[in-house]
Amino acid sequence: MTTPLIEVIDLTIGWGDVILQKDANFQVQRGDIFVVLGGSGCGKSTMLRYLIGLETPLSGMIKIDGAVPEHKEVGRPPFGVMFQSGALLGSMTVSENIALPLQTWTDLPPEAVLSIVEAKLRLVGLQGTEDMMPAELSGGMKKRAAIARAMALEPELVFLDEPSAGLDPISAFELDELIVTLNQKLGMTVVIVTHDLDSIFKIAKHCIMLDKKSKTIIARGDPRELRDKSDDLRVKAFFNRASEESS
Amino acid sequence: MSSPAKALKASSVRLYELEQVQVEASLTELRIRGRLQLSEAGPLWGELDQCALSAAKGETLNFDMSGVEHVDGSAMAMLAHLRARLQQRGVMAEFVKAAPAIQEIIHLYRGDVRVGRKKRRQARGLLDQLGQATLAILSEAKLGLAFLGYLVVEWGRVLRAPRTGNWRDLPPTLERTGADAVPIVTLINFLVGLVMAFQSSAQLKQYGANIFLADLIGISMTRELGPLLTAIVVCGRSGAAFAAELGSMKVNEEIDALRTMGFGAMRYLVLPRVVSLMIAMPLLTLIADVLGILGGLVVGMTSLDLTATSFATQLQKAVSLSDVFSGLSKSVVFGLAIGFISCQQGLATSGGAEGVGRRTTAAVVTTLFMLVVLDAIFTIFFEATGI
Repeated sequence: MTTPLIEVIDLTIGWGDVILQKDANFQVQRGDIFVVLGGSGCGKSTMLRYLIGLETPLSGMIKIDGAVPEHKEVGRPPFGVMFQSGALLGSMTVSENIALPLQTWTDLPPEAVLSIVEAKLRLVGLQGTEDMMPAELSGGMKKRAAIARAMALEPELVFLDEPSAGLDPISAFELDELIVTLNQKLGMTVVIVTHDLDSIFKIAKHCIMLDKKSKTIIARGDPRELRDKSDDLRVKAFFNRASEESS
Repeated sequence: MSSPAKALKASSVRLYELEQVQVEASLTELRIRGRLQLSEAGPLWGELDQCALSAAKGETLNFDMSGVEHVDGSAMAMLAHLRARLQQRGVMAEFVKAAPAIQEIIHLYRGDVRVGRKKRRQARGLLDQLGQATLAILSEAKLGLAFLGYLVVEWGRVLRAPRTGNWRDLPPTLERTGADAVPIVTLINFLVGLVMAFQSSAQLKQYGANIFLADLIGISMTRELGPLLTAIVVCGRSGAAFAAELGSMKVNEEIDALRTMGFGAMRYLVLPRVVSLMIAMPLLTLIADVLGILGGLVVGMTSLDLTATSFATQLQKAVSLSDVFSGLSKSVVFGLAIGFISCQQGLATSGGAEGVGRRTTAAVVTTLFMLVVLDAIFTIFFEATGI
């Protein structure tokens, strides 16, 4: 049996005295498109911050590739991350943003870096935007550029925070297509935090659902099966876009 | 053409009617007829309030909605609030006999749910507020000290492995903090030198001590005013800019993004800024010293009949190299303080645009305060050591 790429063991997350999720256990296999979903305030985005090492677990542990990663402040990152807003560095052009990790963590000459940057931008459909500033890009373009940056160092694992949030349906659809392409053609394992049902049903292979009230994972598996077969009112309510009482 | 609302106001035609009817001994009905809408909310509120006041604890006051043709959201919100207030006072109150369309609006504004006892927010006592404020100050001080420790550790790491420092950002930051500040530093220090010389010239003339203007301006500019005024200008320009810049990056998740790409904020963002200020400050202070003295010279030549040569000769006698270097050494520490405090405040930002503004203000105010404190410490130290 292969080691899961991510293994979360008895993880408790929160801020100070506020606990958002307690004793969470789940695994993400290689090649998966894994979605962390749940209603607003359940701790999805916070869970992501723990997974990418921005926060220290209150208890429990997160193993990546079989080991607890040593989160060094400075060093080549083991994965790529796309934040909800894109989080491109506003003082740099699009190509400089994508080139930054390559320039710092590889010995490639400038010409080689540029060729990689151009290829990544082409892959995400942003050719021709190299010299644009992030402020000149639309929301969808910013997210695409952020994905290109997250992929710059060819990580095996990419985390995406709310990729379709705030996008028009066409941009959201195109972004979903891009994620599937990255997963299928490049073999990237993708962990996504979202509550966009269209996106979930389209791209997710596996998911976990976090619950705000019980502070636990209340469902796990294939989202389509959960939608059709789960008896849990909370799960049904989420997938049927209804309140718990009405479902 | 006037708007319907205006026309209504002008005609002062009331669109609703209220009638209070005593049905039984302890049951009163408030019969509401017509259209209830925001344009008449003022008088409606006043009249409803009067009716509500007349109901005593244990009685029932129902709102008979059978005659209501239309109710908008604001009017319904007022009615629902009034009902809730009555129930909290122990008066039974319900909306009754409403048409289905009106009933839906009542439901939408929670006019048909049981009202619980309202939790009163306890006013915080003076001691509580004082304690909280003290804890907040201590917490800020703790964060500041932790930041300082972290800065020192990272500095050590970069010194051990210089290639890991973000030197690429140093020249542009130095240009922003140093070269771009030259015009304003020049102008302010020249004017301060000029003003100070003017103020002193009258006194010096009285005693025939015109030549000592060179001593006064020379020593005060090099030892005190040059470094301090430059630091104040740089704090307002670069300190505020650093805090706002890093604060915006923080709220836009750019700092998190940098961290996930393996760039520590301290090494990548803070060190180039602090180092650039520590380099720029003494250079700007030197310019400030020269321009301040030049301002004094202008007054000396125009008001005190001094020649440039006599002023320069006296200046040479009065101002020693140790005066200049004491000012320059201060300015390096001032640069460190401006960079450190503004970056620390910027990275501590949370809560969106308002948070950026708050931290930027805090950066400038804290830095100005610290500059004065540091200046006092330096003065005592120089006095004690005879520098």
